Amino acid sequence: MAESSELRPLIELVDVKKGFGPVSVLKGVALKAYPGKVTALVGDNGAGKSTLIKGLAGVQPYDEGQIIFDGEPVTLHTPRDASALGIEVVYQDLALADNLDIVQNMFLGREETELLTFDEGRMEREASETLRSLSVRTVKSVRQKVSSLSGGQRQTVAIARSVLKKARLVILDEPTAALGVAQTEQVLNLVRRLAEQGVAVIIISHNLADVFEVADYISVLYLGQMVAEVETAKTTRDDVVGYITGAKTQARGAAA
Amino acid sequence: MSVTHTPETPEPGTPAATLDTTAIAATDSDLIGSGQEGGIVDQARAYLSRLRGGEMGALPAIAGFIVLVVLFSFLSPFFFTERNFANLLTQAASLVMLGMALTFVILLGEIDLSAGVTAGVTMAVFVVLSDPGGAHLNWIIAFLIALASGLAIGTFIGFFRSRIGIPSFVVTLGLFLGLQGAQLIIIGPGGLYRIQEPAVLAIQNNNMPVWMGWVMLLIILAISFATSMVDRTRRTRAGVPNRTIALMWVRLGVIAVLGAVVIFALSQNRGTAFLAVTGVPIVVPITLVILWIGTFVLDRTKYGRWLYAIGGNEEAARRAGIKVIGIRWIAFVVCSGLAVISGLFAASQVGSVDAAFGRNDVLNGVAAAVVGGVSLFGGRGRLMHAAVGALVISVITNGLGLLNLPSGVNLLVTGGVLILAASVDALSRVRGTKAVEHPTGPFNVFAIVGFVLSFVTAIGGIVLGAIAVFQIREHGGRGRGLAIWAVAIGIIELLIALVIAVTAVLRAQG
Ligand SMILES: Nc1ncnc2c1ncn2[C@@H]1O[C@H](COP(=O)(O)OP(=O)(O)OP(=O)(O)O)[C@@H](O)[C@H]1O
Ligand SMILES: [Mg+2]
Repeated sequence: MAESSELRPLIELVDVKKGFGPVSVLKGVALKAYPGKVTALVGDNGAGKSTLIKGLAGVQPYDEGQIIFDGEPVTLHTPRDASALGIEVVYQDLALADNLDIVQNMFLGREETELLTFDEGRMEREASETLRSLSVRTVKSVRQKVSSLSGGQRQTVAIARSVLKKARLVILDEPTAALGVAQTEQVLNLVRRLAEQGVAVIIISHNLADVFEVADYISVLYLGQMVAEVETAKTTRDDVVGYITGAKTQARGAAA
Repeated sequence: MSVTHTPETPEPGTPAATLDTTAIAATDSDLIGSGQEGGIVDQARAYLSRLRGGEMGALPAIAGFIVLVVLFSFLSPFFFTERNFANLLTQAASLVMLGMALTFVILLGEIDLSAGVTAGVTMAVFVVLSDPGGAHLNWIIAFLIALASGLAIGTFIGFFRSRIGIPSFVVTLGLFLGLQGAQLIIIGPGGLYRIQEPAVLAIQNNNMPVWMGWVMLLIILAISFATSMVDRTRRTRAGVPNRTIALMWVRLGVIAVLGAVVIFALSQNRGTAFLAVTGVPIVVPITLVILWIGTFVLDRTKYGRWLYAIGGNEEAARRAGIKVIGIRWIAFVVCSGLAVISGLFAASQVGSVDAAFGRNDVLNGVAAAVVGGVSLFGGRGRLMHAAVGALVISVITNGLGLLNLPSGVNLLVTGGVLILAASVDALSRVRGTKAVEHPTGPFNVFAIVGFVLSFVTAIGGIVLGAIAVFQIREHGGRGRGLAIWAVAIGIIELLIALVIAVTAVLRAQG
């Protein structure tokens, strides 16, 4: 990625609000994510992380607030809006079709055709190259059925799918929650690799060890408010725990 | 050729880079495998490991078909004759079509219990419109109207399933009853219309000239060769490995030999010395064309891929931007449309349509699909499987018919086969979702012994196989496939024994 664009966030949320009836879940939240950087979104259960993400995915639009994408104000009312901008969400329940193989899953909904029929060769090559560009080594064949893959490999396919879609912002909702040590490591490497390719990554995680390993920035939500946005290098685990539990607060925007 | 991301062009969002051939050569070794590499031996091995992984496809059905053919050949002198072989094909044709029709919705994990009565009611429309004593329309126009009513029924089902959200089981059960009423009203109580149009009767009762059968085989081979070559060319162009070409020749060879045997058998005179009957029944090429088109759509077009995706994981399909509602809706329409054609085949064969026409067919259609290897849970199976399954069901009906058994036996056996096939389906599904790719640990002893024993004693195979399945579920280990086979073989043997016993008893009584 060009150096100049690193200064400017790819996406910026300003004073975003969302309520369900009388309950206000997001009470004026700000968030930034930078191209080539991993931003971790942390916060206790019910803090509003998923709600924040659903707004970005266009699944559940915000009530109020501004979304600035690549410097321009945008609206995200449907998943299609998000997709058109290059925003991809990798949900925790991976959304892969078990009965299809890796290539078929990676291209699902955007198959390459020629004369109305599939160009399987081309899809296979692009899938293979995408996985390789992410340094994936554990997949033996791209024609394996997804049902035969391990949890980490599935996560890998789901993430590679977003790369193939030329996503500019990839949001991962708890990508390591169900994984063992080795597979977690694999997926975190993949997340780094994704960022190296210039993608802006937002990762939700409850695991602070993961967060400190992979993230460049950490944003902490507490009861629907963004209580801290810090650079990982300039903070400690104890501080972040403090923000999450509400024991500690930070002046707004100090790290941004 | 274009690629998305290579290590040289790591930025997403940049237009697809162009690689020259040297770059392709340089990155080739870097590609992840695709299971297409290696010679015929490797491919055979890969195939075997897929079988062990539970992807058995139509193999059990084909095995069952062969076993049944051998069995009935022993039991009845009339079974293994050219005439009966032609009979079998024409008897099976309508079931093959119904099985293929249902496959479209079963692939989605849905069901259409009204497919049989759809065939019935639309054929009622057809006979009333085309009968010389009735509207006496040109038969083609009458058929198009019947087809349109079928498509309307499919649209109706699709609407209630997709838009209103009623389970297809319920919607089509309602139609199953309602359409029978409609059929009764159209035909009139106790009414029966004879099919008089020669063109319609010809579908099942006339044959192509012998030479046309051979031309048909050549066309099949040519199409198979051409599609293989197109695939290979595209893969080569993309720089990914092709399966060894020997495999293609083997496949073509198998088609050629099997086709030649069938067509040769059908070119023998199966009539009398005075009135020769030879050639492939006309219904066969019609069925093959529809089978080919359907398979083409399912395997090679977006519609087909999305159908499988929805059957596998509806939520995944939706998130991938697939319009689930539309795809599902169309599947119901296709199912009903093919059901109409199945009805036409049946009408041509039976020669008449009455108020009960088609009423009992749908479960046989479901059985055909499931026995052939189409998963009731959706997402797995092919049209070809339904066709093979229909042949199995038809062979049972045909063979038991020749043995002069009470028709109750036929229903009992067909029902048993359906439950058996559905059990194999359910068991292999558990395996597919739970088990890891390569189960480790020692081979389960009960599985091996049970498998061997299943060939000698049915009960032994079933009991040991079942023990092994539960042990493996609890404690892991390999041999699950063998254990399932042991159970399956045991059950099949029991069924066969049952048939033989019943036959013997009935023979003894006179
Ligand atoms: N559709 C909804 N209707 C009403 N309340 C909702 C809805 N969705 C979320 N909430 C509420 O909003 C709050 C934030 O939920 P959210 O799922 O965003 O939390 P989270 O930070 O993702 O939590 P977790 O870490 O447990 O996933 C919760 O109190 C939840 O009950
Ligand atoms: Mg959440």
